Amino acid sequence: MEKITNFFKTFLLLELVKGMALTGRHFFARKITVQFPEEKTPQGFRFRGLHAQRRYANGEERCIGCKLCEAVCPAMAIHIETEERDDGTRRTTRYDIDLVKCIFCGLCEESCPVDAIVETRVLEYHGEKRSDLYYTKSMLLAVGEKHEAQIAKDRASDAKFR
Amino acid sequence: MTELLQYLQNLLGVAWLPIWTVVKILVIVVPIMLTVAYLTLAERKVIGYMQVRIGPNRVGYFGLLQPLADGLKLLLKEIIIPSGSNKFLFIIAPILALTPALAAWAVIPFADGLVLANVNAGLLYILAMTSLGVYGIIIAGWASNSKYAFIGSLRSAAQIVSYEIPMGFALVCVLMVSQSMNLGDIVLGQKSSVGLFGWYFIPLFPMFVVYFISGVAETNRAPFDMAEGESEIVAGFHVEYSGMAFALFFLAEYANMIMIAILTAIMFLGGWLPPFDIAPFNLLPGIFWLLAKTSFILFLFLWFRATFPRYRYDQLMRLGWKVFIPLTLVWVVVLGAWMQTPYWLW
Repeated sequence: MEKITNFFKTFLLLELVKGMALTGRHFFARKITVQFPEEKTPQGFRFRGLHAQRRYANGEERCIGCKLCEAVCPAMAIHIETEERDDGTRRTTRYDIDLVKCIFCGLCEESCPVDAIVETRVLEYHGEKRSDLYYTKSMLLAVGEKHEAQIAKDRASDAKFR
Repeated sequence: MTELLQYLQNLLGVAWLPIWTVVKILVIVVPIMLTVAYLTLAERKVIGYMQVRIGPNRVGYFGLLQPLADGLKLLLKEIIIPSGSNKFLFIIAPILALTPALAAWAVIPFADGLVLANVNAGLLYILAMTSLGVYGIIIAGWASNSKYAFIGSLRSAAQIVSYEIPMGFALVCVLMVSQSMNLGDIVLGQKSSVGLFGWYFIPLFPMFVVYFISGVAETNRAPFDMAEGESEIVAGFHVEYSGMAFALFFLAEYANMIMIAILTAIMFLGGWLPPFDIAPFNLLPGIFWLLAKTSFILFLFLWFRATFPRYRYDQLMRLGWKVFIPLTLVWVVVLGAWMQTPYWLW
């Protein structure tokens, strides 16, 4: 009996009408699109964007050339060369990050004992050639200089969780 | 105006008739092309809205110049002809798809007497023309020499054959009720003192539904877009096409959609007749009502596409052969009997 009623019910197209009512309701619903260049989604203080190298307030670069980041990097995107400076400290002569390889996992940042390598909130950058995305030490330091205020603020927000 | 026409007629002599006809054809075809262009925008907007997005809105205010930008892009693109293809058929297929889609418009009455060719067998002509469109698809699929295109065109052929029959039977019902094959007479037959209750969708409601669904299948629109089936056979019959050749298929598909919509409006929804033959309604010109009904049905097309997932091939065949054809056959008999009784009011 149920089979027979179901058979006739299919002719009423009830299921189809239900489906159309759903899409019909959404037609008038508020749209959730974020119109990118004008509107932006909020970012957290742990946002992992473009990398930067930091300096201490006295202008000394933080990086001590321990190569922990190079070791931990799962994409092998970091290349470091070090040598001894005149005052006996170990400093990097090369610190390159290949952003084409980088997967923005944040492990370098996490492994760094002196907070030298950090990931900033910058996500709008591009390169016209592959080599444009090969960031050298001076480029990373420049990024750090430009965004130091924001970086320091984000580290401070994160401090109580570390 | 009449004087001007008279003057031109005397001036041009024998050449008058062809020139005047071409003018009339342009008056029909140019708005159709514009409608097609803006239907693509409407589709993207409507589907976007139903998916809680906003759709194109960068090119011009509210995205209003988007169709022009798309058209320009397609015009400037290269038409690539695959090396293994049959060049002649490959080029002629899009033309074969578009021509019948536009030719069918010749017999469409836009208002009382406002028709390019007042053909007595208009309904037959429409059926013939809408079925011809599939040859473009079949030839495109075969000439491309590509497996996806070939599968797409085979599906399309089977689908059109299956859905032509219920569509034809649904129209036979209209024919029985209106006693005429002339589209203008079919509309006038729906004129009555009770307004929209006199339209044929009331006595022929199941046929109205069957005709519309078959129409969706006939134009290869979602949920019956087996011939394209983006997610399974890439783009179906037009994978190998690019540039303007592809655009012609696109135009044909949308022109067919508008065609089916306007035919549904004419056969079942009273064409240019107002829903109530009283003051505010019958003051508007008839063409307004026809276009309003057509737009509503076109909106349904887009609504379907935003709602329903694609049919599986065997389900498609089942629906055509095992549901629609028996249903229409039964309704033809029921209608014949009903029309002999005094309970027939139309």
